[in-house]
Amino acid sequence: MAAPRKLSMKQRYAALTRDLDWDLSYVDEDKAYPYTSFEGIKIHDWSKWEDPFRLTIDAYMKYQAEKDKRLYAVLDSFAQGQGHLQLTDPSYLNAMKLFLQGVTPLEYQAHRNFAYLARFLNGPGPRFAALCQSQDELRHAQTEIHTLSNYNKYYQGMHSWQHQHDRVWYLSVPKSYFDDAVTAGPFEFLIAIGFSFEYLLTNLLFVPFMSGASFNGDLPTMTFGFSAQSDESRHMTLGLEAIKFMLEQDPDNVPIVQAWIDKWFWRGYRLLALVSQMLDYMLPRKVMSWKEAFELYFEEQMLGGLFPDLAYYGITPPRHVEHAIAEKEVLSHQVYWTLYQFSFAAGFTTTIPSEDAQKWLAEQYPQTFEKLYKPLWGKAAAVVDNGGRYFYQGLPQLCQVCQVPMLFTEPGDPTTICQRHTEFEGERYDFCSDGCQWIFEREPEKYVQAWLPVHQIYQGNCGGPTVPDVLAWYKLQPGDNGEIAGNLEQTAWETWHATSSAEEQAPAPVAGN
Amino acid sequence: MTQSTGSTRTTRARQVGVDIQETEENRAVVEAIEADNADCAVRHMPGLVRITSPTRIVVNRESVEQRLGREWETHEFQLAIVSYFGHIAEWDDDQILIQWDH
Ligand SMILES: [Fe+2]
Ligand SMILES: [Fe+2]
Ligand SMILES: [Zn+2]
Repeated sequence: MAAPRKLSMKQRYAALTRDLDWDLSYVDEDKAYPYTSFEGIKIHDWSKWEDPFRLTIDAYMKYQAEKDKRLYAVLDSFAQGQGHLQLTDPSYLNAMKLFLQGVTPLEYQAHRNFAYLARFLNGPGPRFAALCQSQDELRHAQTEIHTLSNYNKYYQGMHSWQHQHDRVWYLSVPKSYFDDAVTAGPFEFLIAIGFSFEYLLTNLLFVPFMSGASFNGDLPTMTFGFSAQSDESRHMTLGLEAIKFMLEQDPDNVPIVQAWIDKWFWRGYRLLALVSQMLDYMLPRKVMSWKEAFELYFEEQMLGGLFPDLAYYGITPPRHVEHAIAEKEVLSHQVYWTLYQFSFAAGFTTTIPSEDAQKWLAEQYPQTFEKLYKPLWGKAAAVVDNGGRYFYQGLPQLCQVCQVPMLFTEPGDPTTICQRHTEFEGERYDFCSDGCQWIFEREPEKYVQAWLPVHQIYQGNCGGPTVPDVLAWYKLQPGDNGEIAGNLEQTAWETWHATSSAEEQAPAPVAGN
Repeated sequence: MTQSTGSTRTTRARQVGVDIQETEENRAVVEAIEADNADCAVRHMPGLVRITSPTRIVVNRESVEQRLGREWETHEFQLAIVSYFGHIAEWDDDQILIQWDH
């Protein structure tokens, strides 16, 4: 009898995820997998989990190695060819600083929690998918650090990102988001990160950063972005499989999953507030507006495509989604105006948008920019003309849930700040929106524990009582923060570009790190 | 059960789509998809090619191999894909199929 020449993909995948698995006989299943029952999700048949990628170890290793090879070839030629001078403007790197401080540590967190799922999910199919994702996320953290380290030789603000992730006020937004997810049970984590973050919202994160890199002369970031993103398709699939699996296993799972979708849509959407300003303000060369990205990637693809699919299971679009839709006209402007005023305490720099940028903003936001936000920039410009720079004195109230300063406005009324509060056990808690208030009221015991950077400063836990004390505790160095115009980085850039053609010399690094 | 107060949207056909890195090799993949999916639309964006379809997107191994002039396993599509929307309904040795389930 002739053996088949080679197993098909289907057979190889089945051999790995089914034939190599065994039923436990020395230990009860509940003891071996103790975390998959307390959330109330009922699973009757773990073998129903399908990974459409049908990935096996040999294929995984082969293609991941190829992806890394391609990326490192680009990094080499970047370093050899003085690639850091190709940027449209050094201020572009503010977007990358935000990425490194805010997103890279999340990759590492994802690596850790998927490793936990790779051990503690009952089914071999999802365990293997989680194992691959865990390794992917570690690769993402490493390649991002490696890629951006090429800029760290020449520019400010990239020396202490991990330290800052745990301390700096605006970075508590991504940090607390992920902390919330990893402290939930395994099923909620799958909805939070696998589904909401990786499937529902990933394009709103990816397109801004990677297309922004491509448009602004940052080839290495574009390459690591695409390299990571190619894994992301697998992560999206895991998220979508996870939700369908839970919904199909038992009708009692539907309301639990719906509440998680409601919660994690809003949590993720609030996190993207930082991305919205990046897209509309931080990029010297604009890719697309936040509003357009939101309409294309969220409204059309998710509300128009995904949710009709999930309606089959009785799932409805996320609660409070109408507030997100209404906010697309004002979101980025409100966020950047706040960052402009507080960038003396940030690991990036800000400035008044140029005339061209303001023109673009007016075209993208015909209903709001000229009426509501252009006048603010006019005032900021008047201060600059008189030799000053407007920074806000004092600290902002933060939302107890999303930890963004309370800068958002009432739905439908862009001139009134939205403020909600709830009393719990004799204390008052404040929220930026109905969405965050609703999330708090579902689990107040969890959110009262939030580490709010502003409260921590007032309690004396952040290096001392004065602004310089806090900035030192943040490890901010001269040139990392404040205004773009006249900054160390900007002046160095001008020198390099003035002299590089004349001297044909590699510029000496200026960043003291 | 929660009740969404979200807008009921009347959209055009429910699109599916896939974003592919713009590279020399991937040109063959994009051409194969274009040839095998009569109703697809192709849009070039910074660094990537975006293919959408109001019905489904199928990637056939044979079509890609013809254009590439060498063997190509469907696993290789992992090097090309950047993102997608829809559901991966099939991924076997001969084809990849993206469509909505319900
Ligand atoms: Fe990642
Ligand atoms: Fe991921
Ligand atoms: Zn909030």
